[in-house]
Amino acid sequence: MNFTRRDTLLLALGASAAAMLPMRASAAVEDNIAAFTGGADMGEGGLTLVAPEIAENGNTVPVEVSAPGAVAIMLLAAGNPNPAVGTFNFGPLAGAQSASTRIRLAGTQEVVAIAKMADGSFVKASKEVKVTIGGCGG
Amino acid sequence: MADNVTPRVRVPRDATAGEVITIKTLISHQMESGQRKDGDGNLIPRSIINRFVCDFNGQNVIDITMEPAISTNPYFEFQATVPESGTFSFTWYDDDGSVYTDSKDIAVG
Repeated sequence: MNFTRRDTLLLALGASAAAMLPMRASAAVEDNIAAFTGGADMGEGGLTLVAPEIAENGNTVPVEVSAPGAVAIMLLAAGNPNPAVGTFNFGPLAGAQSASTRIRLAGTQEVVAIAKMADGSFVKASKEVKVTIGGCGG
Repeated sequence: MADNVTPRVRVPRDATAGEVITIKTLISHQMESGQRKDGDGNLIPRSIINRFVCDFNGQNVIDITMEPAISTNPYFEFQATVPESGTFSFTWYDDDGSVYTDSKDIAVG
């Protein structure tokens, strides 16, 4: 099968348009995860992420993370211009390794939490949140 | 930079030794994300609180790193163990170098 010049151009355009946006966002997410875990493998379970299924206002979305035995929990919003949200480091007097706060979400997206356990392992949990009105101004 | 920054903290007045209590904190701050534009299309520079620390009698309870994705008037709720009577100290660090503090006493008895 021979590609004409026009076919090749169209194919390339379509492919790059499809790949561009998600690629950019997920690269930033992966950079953040790598910085936190140092490239270690992540397991499942032991970490609870509570977030609403549908958030009417992306400016203030209540989220709660809880991971018994964790030393730190990082929160990421995969679809935000800057995916980092915050990191909770628990000290010796933390009564439970849980915290809740309110975050901004630019649009419907996946919220990811990664917990670093006391033994150095990592677990991940994520939840899709539908956002009616985005929280990044503009 | 940030005007009228008022921290508010809720801690129970007393507890039994070793009890786990819930602490709620709220601080009024606009948490300008650095993503918004003003009426003329110029980017409004980022101005947020980037770190929050809670200690009890000098021992750390929680240390939170914050990014622009934390909502206006950052709110946190977390748990702390109270081994003895003492003081919880709360510290917020602003991008512009300001430090906001609050403290609450708790009695064990």
